[in-house]
Amino acid sequence: MATDKSNFQLVTNGILQENPIFKLALSMCPAVGISTTVMNGLMLGTAVLFVQVFSSVTISLLKNFIHPRIRIPTYTLTIATWVTVIDLSLAAYFPAAYAQMGIFVKIIVAFAIITMRLEMFACKEPVSSSFWDGLGMGLGFMVGMVVIGLVRELLGSGAILGHDVLGFKPLLFFILPSAGFFVVGLMMGFFNWIEKYYAARKRGNR
Amino acid sequence: MNRLHYLAIVTVVLGLLGLGGVVQAADLVSKTEFAAENEIIVHFSNPVDRTQAADPGRYVVFEESDPDIRLNISTIVVSENGREALLTFDEPLNSAKTHIVKTSGIGGVAESSFSVSKSYFGYLISILISALLINNFVFTKYLGLCVFFGTSKRKQTAKGMGVVFTIVIVVSVSMSWVLFQYVLRPFNLDYLQIVIFIGLTSLTVQAVDTVLRKVNPVLFKSFGVYLVLVIANCVIIAVPLLMASNGYNYFETFMLSLGAGGGFLLALYLMSSVSERVELAKVPPSFKGLPIAFIVAGQFAMAFLGFSGLQLF
Repeated sequence: MATDKSNFQLVTNGILQENPIFKLALSMCPAVGISTTVMNGLMLGTAVLFVQVFSSVTISLLKNFIHPRIRIPTYTLTIATWVTVIDLSLAAYFPAAYAQMGIFVKIIVAFAIITMRLEMFACKEPVSSSFWDGLGMGLGFMVGMVVIGLVRELLGSGAILGHDVLGFKPLLFFILPSAGFFVVGLMMGFFNWIEKYYAARKRGNR
Repeated sequence: MNRLHYLAIVTVVLGLLGLGGVVQAADLVSKTEFAAENEIIVHFSNPVDRTQAADPGRYVVFEESDPDIRLNISTIVVSENGREALLTFDEPLNSAKTHIVKTSGIGGVAESSFSVSKSYFGYLISILISALLINNFVFTKYLGLCVFFGTSKRKQTAKGMGVVFTIVIVVSVSMSWVLFQYVLRPFNLDYLQIVIFIGLTSLTVQAVDTVLRKVNPVLFKSFGVYLVLVIANCVIIAVPLLMASNGYNYFETFMLSLGAGGGFLLALYLMSSVSERVELAKVPPSFKGLPIAFIVAGQFAMAFLGFSGLQLF
């Protein structure tokens, strides 16, 4: 069975329609925990992107050899292998950023989003579609993390990527760890409001 | 009869653990303890010369793990009868660590060294309290949020999920500890941590699932659904990783996992109680569902910040 979506649609699906953070509300832990700066979002987003793409491709390649009853443990072990690879490479090449992300890189292994994509998509589809789907989901996660990081960094410390742009700190509160919940909650509410607004306008036009 | 028997064993074990912490050097000093955050009290077994005992130059104090870093004593107050000395330090002490105090020429003893530590049982309890409240995995470490928001809408589900999670985490972390201590470490396989820990957890979940299905179908019917969710919870992998990086022994590991599971149960229960009320409240339509849940969780997180600095032992 192959999907009827084009590669481009698969990628945009992950970024917009099924954004892992804002739409599916999966993998919220890093979105709340370490999204204080854009850089953190980019780093963890890249790590998730790699793990998602590699695991999707691996499972898609092996899908005919996996017995359905042990598929979940197989997914878990595949993800764990790729997470170990990413974890060790980040620790070797970007020690400073790695130290800041702490335990969160290792915890990618328990992210619901990756297992979900393997179960819903990669175990049924050919390798190339799985690759594009994984890329879309990973990018979607990265975009979500960067957007939250942007809001928190800009409002919390008046900077973007460490460069001071505003010259003052509008809401210092946003940089505090516990504000992560508030930021994510407010942004979700805001996106819901936009969606409702456009839906209402569409109905009005018709 | 049986219950009494267990109670007796537990009491004896706890008693031994409590005694384990009070190891003292023989003659000069009878007892030592931590007082305020930068104070140590030394009880001498015999009255000592007060001017000698009040001389900071005669004491050397350091943490057992780094003997090179000497801690500066600012003042020493000796009691009237010369049997008690209160050592005040420039900086707060980390009372979770064992400190070594060396004295020279006090009470006619040329050299003497003794350790100051909290009782081991108190230390274990502090690990439990820390994982439960101070470093609650949900509200101060932001882990396990997917499952947390998914199962905190009803008190019934919250309790079920919390209990199943606590049981699974205690069992799987105990097994992880054995494997880490006796296989991974001796063979220098530390880099396999993630694979081994998550593999063991999914095995535990599978085993509990199979056993429960056969042994107690009624229980399985009410709790079986949550078993699948356990594996998608980040806390279940964070705890063994913490255990490995801190080098905990078995009792410490057990307390950490119990605290993590209990903390998750507590967080779920608190959140579900609020969620049931929020449903009756007038929430702006855009904020219904997840957004308002996040904001409530944010308030809980701020409330839990109040536990930081809590020290019972």
